[in-house]
Amino acid sequence: MNGDEACCEGALAVGCRFFAGYPITPATEIAESMSRRLPQLGGIYIQMEDEIASMAAILGASWGGVKSMTSTSGPGFSLMMENIGLGICTETPCVVCNVQRAGPSTGLPTAVGQGDMMQARWGSHGHYEIIALSPSSPQEMFDMTIRAFNLSEYYRLPVIILADEVVGHMNERVIIPREDDIEIINRRKPSVSREDYLPYEADADGIAPMANCGDGYRIHVTGLTHDERGYPAMNAKAQEQMVTRLVGKIRNNRDKIISTKNFYLDDAEVVVVSYGISARSSMKAVRDARNEGIKAGLIKLETIWPFPEELIRSIAPQAKAMIMAEINGGQMVLEMERCVGGACPVSLVGNYGGAILHPNLILGAISKAARGKT
Amino acid sequence: MPDKRERHILITGFGGQGIVMAGDILGKAATLYDHKHATMTQNYGPEARGGACTSQVIISGEEILFPCVEEPEILVCMSQEAYTKNVKSLRPEGTLIWDTDLVHTRKTDMHYKTFHIPSTRFAEQLGTKMMANIVMLGFLSAVEPLVHSEALKKAIMDSVPGSTKDNNLHAFNKGREYGTSIIKGLVKAEQAKHQD
Repeated sequence: MNGDEACCEGALAVGCRFFAGYPITPATEIAESMSRRLPQLGGIYIQMEDEIASMAAILGASWGGVKSMTSTSGPGFSLMMENIGLGICTETPCVVCNVQRAGPSTGLPTAVGQGDMMQARWGSHGHYEIIALSPSSPQEMFDMTIRAFNLSEYYRLPVIILADEVVGHMNERVIIPREDDIEIINRRKPSVSREDYLPYEADADGIAPMANCGDGYRIHVTGLTHDERGYPAMNAKAQEQMVTRLVGKIRNNRDKIISTKNFYLDDAEVVVVSYGISARSSMKAVRDARNEGIKAGLIKLETIWPFPEELIRSIAPQAKAMIMAEINGGQMVLEMERCVGGACPVSLVGNYGGAILHPNLILGAISKAARGKT
Repeated sequence: MPDKRERHILITGFGGQGIVMAGDILGKAATLYDHKHATMTQNYGPEARGGACTSQVIISGEEILFPCVEEPEILVCMSQEAYTKNVKSLRPEGTLIWDTDLVHTRKTDMHYKTFHIPSTRFAEQLGTKMMANIVMLGFLSAVEPLVHSEALKKAIMDSVPGSTKDNNLHAFNKGREYGTSIIKGLVKAEQAKHQD
């Protein structure tokens, strides 16, 4: 099956029973699969009038107590930004899969891009933390959609899957585990009486138990800055408290959230960092470099956000050079540069989208870096 | 250069011919029934039908990292435009396969191994030209065995709607028989024709 279909199957396996979306290449097959599969499982599929409404609908569905998701590509992702912020502020578990194509604007609808990395981080207004994952294959589309739901349910926020056109449209074998072998995490429920429940009163780890609409608890949901009751609180102190917790629940748990796959790092002189489809080109380049006798290594980012700051900081001083391979003009490379902090030279292998990175291009950069030129 | 253990196949035509489906079926046969690794990626324009379309299949005994087919060893052309655009990418020792009625090849292509079949015409005779891709897969399975023919048949059965299963099986067999007869040298004369 292709990556889009695998995303749908992963969502269903982890218990997603509501999808609202608007078709867009190259994410259409997710919606298409959902429209066919959800009714078979007693779920609901709605094609909305646009992506603004799609995002609003999945937030509502989540408060109704059902795991929900939407899928889109760049143009739709832009439209979703406002309501992604609403999801963050109201701490609403849900999943947004962005199968990236080349932009800006309508760009290349049927061709690959990885240009929405920073938009996923900062695209909605105000200050917040986000979780974003990046799959490299249809199998990872399945596995990471499951993880995205688990993270969204646990940490109570919209989790973004930053896929790309090639991964979405590529067909490969996908192994679907037995039901019992799939880890499913559901949102924490209130453990106090209805009288004592405050919808935004957090436990020690910064996460507030969530009562769904209709559970019988008193809840109030607003995008305005709110207190523990969920009521608007229009002052700097309430803002400080609320945002500190929204940011802290992700930052303070980043060790549990961040996931990378590291290859040949032990003796690596040139370290390539990459994600999504570009990580496959990078892996090919790193193996080719090893065959040529160059000590190259690879960090494959499975989570994009939060960024693995500590890992990059610890690797940089031992490396001769670090390379970011991504299909944009340089986005995650900025984050990497920040973390490297001048400890070694950093360079970018990228393009503006439309085609995936050729392994030889990355191999060229590795050879150059190994010779001490960047 | 692509990994030598990898088989690189490029299937080309226009949107609506089932080009992507043909690649999908080939990949399914390789992965699900022959238990190999395979990737299939596709290229198409924003049009729903009629635009140039390719499906790129890689089959390997090992994990495939880079999923693009740049220099195919087998090129299947189902339209003139696809032929003109892609023939230069075929490796020198490669195999060129085309639809007899839809593609005119150049004499200079003769250093390739060449095979052609009126797949669209055969499909029409069997009921619908929509099955031209399946006829072509049958033909491919005879002239360039990449996967077991039984695996291909199973993959076709998995992929086509229930009411059309029998017809598609006929289409596959038609293509395979035609290919087998060429391999046995029976219609060699026929194959030599249609070259400008």
